[in-house]
Amino acid sequence: MTPLPVSIAAAVASFLLLVVVFELIRSRRLRERYALLWLLTGVVLLALSLWRDGLNTIAGWFGVETYPPAILGAVGALFILLVLLHYSTVISRLSDQNTILAQRLALLEQQLREG
Amino acid sequence: MAEQLSDFQRIAIVPALNEEETVGRVIDEIRAFDSGFDIVVVDDGSVDRTAGVAADRGAHVLRLPFNLGIGGAVQTGYRFAFEHGYDIAVQIDGDGQHDPSQLPKILEPVLAGEADLCVGSRFTGDGAYRSSFARRVGIKIFAGVVSAVVRQKVTDTTSGFRAVNRRGIALFAADYPHDYPEVEATVMCVKHKLRLKEVPVAMRERGGGASSITAVRSVYYMTKVLLAIFVGMFRRYAVPFEEERR
Repeated sequence: MTPLPVSIAAAVASFLLLVVVFELIRSRRLRERYALLWLLTGVVLLALSLWRDGLNTIAGWFGVETYPPAILGAVGALFILLVLLHYSTVISRLSDQNTILAQRLALLEQQLREG
Repeated sequence: MAEQLSDFQRIAIVPALNEEETVGRVIDEIRAFDSGFDIVVVDDGSVDRTAGVAADRGAHVLRLPFNLGIGGAVQTGYRFAFEHGYDIAVQIDGDGQHDPSQLPKILEPVLAGEADLCVGSRFTGDGAYRSSFARRVGIKIFAGVVSAVVRQKVTDTTSGFRAVNRRGIALFAADYPHDYPEVEATVMCVKHKLRLKEVPVAMRERGGGASSITAVRSVYYMTKVLLAIFVGMFRRYAVPFEEERR
């Protein structure tokens, strides 16, 4: 069984994550489309921290008998991996767009100088 | 006595993505309705002749260097309208689903000074609009949520057939939602104390191209927009001041 202090600490941490993400969206420092994965992370981790029987059951599926909270860490790591992968695609797109912008700017400047 | 349409500098903003088959007809029909309308086509990264067709017909064409999505494209049009001092702007999709002969219906409340933003709705009156069951449910949910948030009955939150006055142009030029903008733009307007009115219009089947919202994306769409509305309720909004007319 998951020790109660671990559940409490995990629940507080995931709740804090949700609050921080919410405030970042509200103050317009984070766009909704990039916040969705973070919110999903927070909600899943919060659910797994509060639903202690569920965490035990899931741990059982994976043969984790001794220390169920290990599953919390694994799920957290999985989501961080997802967020990072998502950001890699975002950075790739931004860098492609940046190239196009620089090329267009160079063409425009050439037209202004010689036009 | 309402002011005449011809008293105003007016512009039609036509967002278009790969609409070479329909954008020409849309431009012709806007001209046929009122030749005093300037037309700006915002080409959101088309890979066909959309921009060329529009330019051949004498419309202003803004070609975005890459696809910004409908929100970024439409805002580009509002920025153009704001910078060039237009008093009235209408938004008409380049795919031909909005019928320019319906323009008087959405313009009338704006000209009469009853509304800052007037949206043409498919659902409140004439016009036999057909769409898939799932889409209808989604539209119903948004209608309920938006009506509750703006405390006013709204039936068609996703309609991109709209007319705004100078206050609306100024607001949208400064701030317009990304991704799927219509629902959020409606809510934003009311939060900024602009007056919203919805009128029934007839719409046509899409003339070409594909809807920007596929079935796979609709879950993401709903989540994103509902999140934006929810978070938006906790923001503070400035009331824009009235500009002097030029």
